[in-house]
Amino acid sequence: MKQDFDVIVIGAGPAGYVAAIRCSQLGMKTACVDDWIGKDGKPVPGGTCLNAGCIPSKALLESSELYERMHSGIASHGIAAREVELDVATMIANKDLTVRDLTRGIEALFRYNDIEWLPGSGQLLPERRVRVTGHAGESRMLACEHVIIACGSSPVEIGAAPLQEGRIVDSAGALDWTDVPPRLGIIGAGVIGLELGSVWRRLGAEVTLLEAQDQFLSMADRQITRSALQLFQKQGLDIRMGALVKSTQVSDAGVEISYRSRDDDHLLTVDRLIVSVGRRPCTENIAAAETGLLLDEGGFIHVDDYCATNLPGVYAVGDVVRGPMLAHKGSEEGVMVAERIAGQQSSLNYDTIASVIYTQPEIAWVGKTEEALRQNGVNYRTGTFPFAASGRARAMRETDGMVKLLSDAETDRVLGVHIIGTHASELIAQAVLAMEFEASSEDIARTVFAHPTLSEALHEAALSVDGRAIHIGKQARGRK
Amino acid sequence: MTTEVKVPALPESVSDGVVVVWHKQPGDAIERDEALVDIETDKVVLEVPAPVDGVLEKILSAEGEQVTAAQVIGVIRSNGTAAAPLPAAAADQQPEEAVRQEYDQPLGPAVRKLLAEHRLQPGQIPATGKGGRLTKGDVLAYLAQSSAPAAAGEEAAEEPAGEAAVELRPPVTRAPPPVAPTPGMPEIQEDRPQKRVPMSRLRARVAERLLQASLGTAMLTTFNEVDMLPVRQLRERHGKAFAETHGVRLGYMSFFVRAAAEALKRHPDINASIDGEDIVYHGFCDIGVAISTERGLVVPILRNAEYMSLAEIETEILEFVEKGKTGKLAMDDITGGTFTITNGGVFGSMLSTPILNPPQSAILGMHSITERPVVVDGEIVIRPIMYLALTYDHRIVDGKNAVTFLRTIIELLEEPASMLLDL
Repeated sequence: MKQDFDVIVIGAGPAGYVAAIRCSQLGMKTACVDDWIGKDGKPVPGGTCLNAGCIPSKALLESSELYERMHSGIASHGIAAREVELDVATMIANKDLTVRDLTRGIEALFRYNDIEWLPGSGQLLPERRVRVTGHAGESRMLACEHVIIACGSSPVEIGAAPLQEGRIVDSAGALDWTDVPPRLGIIGAGVIGLELGSVWRRLGAEVTLLEAQDQFLSMADRQITRSALQLFQKQGLDIRMGALVKSTQVSDAGVEISYRSRDDDHLLTVDRLIVSVGRRPCTENIAAAETGLLLDEGGFIHVDDYCATNLPGVYAVGDVVRGPMLAHKGSEEGVMVAERIAGQQSSLNYDTIASVIYTQPEIAWVGKTEEALRQNGVNYRTGTFPFAASGRARAMRETDGMVKLLSDAETDRVLGVHIIGTHASELIAQAVLAMEFEASSEDIARTVFAHPTLSEALHEAALSVDGRAIHIGKQARGRK
Repeated sequence: MTTEVKVPALPESVSDGVVVVWHKQPGDAIERDEALVDIETDKVVLEVPAPVDGVLEKILSAEGEQVTAAQVIGVIRSNGTAAAPLPAAAADQQPEEAVRQEYDQPLGPAVRKLLAEHRLQPGQIPATGKGGRLTKGDVLAYLAQSSAPAAAGEEAAEEPAGEAAVELRPPVTRAPPPVAPTPGMPEIQEDRPQKRVPMSRLRARVAERLLQASLGTAMLTTFNEVDMLPVRQLRERHGKAFAETHGVRLGYMSFFVRAAAEALKRHPDINASIDGEDIVYHGFCDIGVAISTERGLVVPILRNAEYMSLAEIETEILEFVEKGKTGKLAMDDITGGTFTITNGGVFGSMLSTPILNPPQSAILGMHSITERPVVVDGEIVIRPIMYLALTYDHRIVDGKNAVTFLRTIIELLEEPASMLLDL
C-alpha cells in the first residue's frame, strides 16, 4: 500500500505536537491526529496541557495570586486597595483566551511545518496503519512508515467519589467554575490538588485537602516538603494526611465526604469536590488487539530507553509511557524519537528533568532527593541558603523558602537541587543546566551571579556546601 | 636591535645553576654592565651584568628556574624606550603570566582552578564529562591516583560506622600530593611535627659531589699528631709585630699552608690527580682552604701557595672569608686546586676523616689544639697537641707516601725554622 505519510503522530499534546514538528523539521511528511474538542466545540490541538492542564492552571494561578495580593498582601508596600472586586467569569474568560491563543498557535505551527492536522481519534492497526475516525464519524485508514503514539493520560476516577456535574469534578472541571465555592474539598494533595486548592483558596474558598498517603509530597525532598506543608497550612489550606475517602454523598446541602483517618471515621461537608488522585495512561482502544502492542501492568505502553514499543516502527512518548508525567518530558521524548527515526543517535537524560509545583511559593527540584541518596548509600554534602537572607527576596518581601543543593562527597558533582520559594520554576533551570554539564558545586560557587537576584541563592547554596556562604552567619553544613 | 642575555660559561665542575633574582623587570631601562640577574651555582652566586644599554624586553627564565651555561635567559632591546607599550607586549608573549589561561577545550571554573594549582594540563587527565568534558571529579580522581597512598593518620573522608551518608569536611586538595617516604624513614604521623624543606641548589650539589668522592675514589685516612708549641711560641713572640706590619693577624692556617706547600713539592704524587687513564702531576700548588659560609662549605684556592708568604696567605684567606660571607666569591676563586686543607678544630673536632675534594688526591684535616701529656726526652710534659688526618686516594697515593707526606708536614710545623732554611 502506498504510504500516505512518513510519520503519523497520534496525539497533539505537548509530546505529540512537538514530535510532529521535529519530524517535519527533519524532512518527514507528517500527520498529527487528536480528538480533543475545545470549549467552543471545535477540535483543537494541544492536548491536556494546553486545554485542561498546565496552561489554564497557570493562568488561573497567576490571576488568583494577583487577587490575593491586592486583597491582603500589599499593605506593607504602602499600598491600600479597598473594595477589590473579583469577577470570576472574567478570570475564566481570560484563561480561555490564553488557551485559545496558544492552541491557535499550534495550528499555525502545524501549517508552517506542513503537518497534516487530522482532528479525530486515531487507532493503531497492524503493518503501521492508523485508522482515523473524524468527529462526524467518517473514517479513513492511513499507511505510514512510523507511528508515534502520544495519546496522553486522563484523571483517575475513584468509585468513592464518582463525578457529578457541578458537584464532584476532576481537575479539568475545576478550571471552569465561574463562581467561588464557599467550601471546597479536594481528594489528593499532590501537585494538581495543591495548585487548584491554591487558586480557589485565594479567591475565597475554604479549602480542605484529603490525602490518603501519610507523607506529604512523598516524591520530593523532605526538608523542602516539611517547609511547604507549614507554609500552605499557614496560608489556610487545610491539608489532612492519611485520610482515605470511603464514600461521598451528594445532596442540595452539598457533598458529604466520609473518610477514614487514624482508625477513625470522619465526615466532611463541602460545596464542591475535586478528585485529583492522579492520572492514568489513555490506552483503551489505542491499538487494535491484533497489533499485539505490549502494555505494562500499569496500563502504560511498554517502551525501551528510546521509546520504541515492541512493534517495529511504532513508538510511544509522553504520559502514555513510563516516567514522570511532565509535559517537557513528553516533548523531549518526542524530539528523541523524531531524531532517531531520522537516523540520529539521540537519547534523553531522565536524571535532569525538573519537577515544578506552581503554588506560591513555588516548589521546583531536579535530581536526587536527600532521602534517595541516603537510601542508595551515596556519600553527599549539603548546602542550603534561605531566601530570608537574600537581598532581592527581602526587597520583594518574598522571603519564604530556601535553595538546597546536594553534591557528591568525593567528586563534588551536583546530584540534586531543591528549591522552595518565589520563582523557583525559573531558578531551577540554572540547576538543570549545571547538572546537564555534570557541574560540581564548586563550579556554581565560582560562577558570578548578578546581584541582586533570587538566583544568587543558588550561588550561595553552592558556597554553603563548603561552609563558605557569604550571607549566612551560622553555616548550615550538613542535613539540617 | 635585540641582544640576548645569556648565562655565562660555567667551569668544569659546575653543570647548571638557578636564577636567583632578576634585578630588572621587563620594561625597565638598563645600562651596560649594570647588575641584571644573579645565578646561583653549587658554589657561588654569579652576577650577570647587562651586556648592552637598552631596555629589558623579555625574561625567558624566571626566578627559581634551572639554567645551563650559555642558555639564553632574557632579551634586551637596544634602541627601544622604556615606555608603556612594553607591558602589553610582554603579556602577549608570556601566556603563562596571563590572568586567564587559554585551553583548547571548555572547562568549568572548578577545573580551571585545580589545573592551575597543580600545574596540570587537561590532556593528561582522563575526562568523563558530557561531550568529553573534564569534570572536577575527573581531576580529583587523577590527583588521588597519581599521588602516593597516604600514610596512616592522614585525613581521609571517614564515615562514622553505621551511617550511610554524613556531612564531611570540605575537600582538602590545596597541598601538592605527598611524596612517598623513603624506606627507613619513620612514617609521617599527624601529632609529631616534621618540616620538609627542599635542598638548596648548593647543598644538593655538595651532597652529590661528596657522594661522588666516596664512590669514585679509594679513600683512606692516615692519622698523626703534631706538637704545636713551636708555632704557638712564634705566634706569641711575633704576633703583634706581624699584625702591625702586615695589617693582618697571624693565625695557624698560614703555617699549615706553607708546610703543606713545602711537603707537596717533596711529594709530587700527593699533588697529582687522576684524569681518565692518566695521572696529572701539577707543577704548582694551588691549595684550597675550606671555609664555612651560610650557604655551606666553599673552598677558595690559594694559587701558587708555594710562593706565598705567611702574610699573603693570611690576607688572602681573610679576603675569601669576607667574600664568602657576602656571597661574592667568583668562580675563579673556587675552581681548580690541587690540594685542600680543612679545619674542623674551629668547631671543636678532635679527630675526623675528611672527604676528598675530587679531582684532588689528598686532603689535610686540622683539628682542635688540646693540652695533652706527652713524652719528650723521656719526660712527661704538657704540650699543645693537634691531631692531623690525611685522607688520600689510594689509587695513586701509596700508604707509605701518604704517611711520609704527613710526617713531613709535622716535622716542618714542629721545626718552623726548617721552612725558612729549606730543610
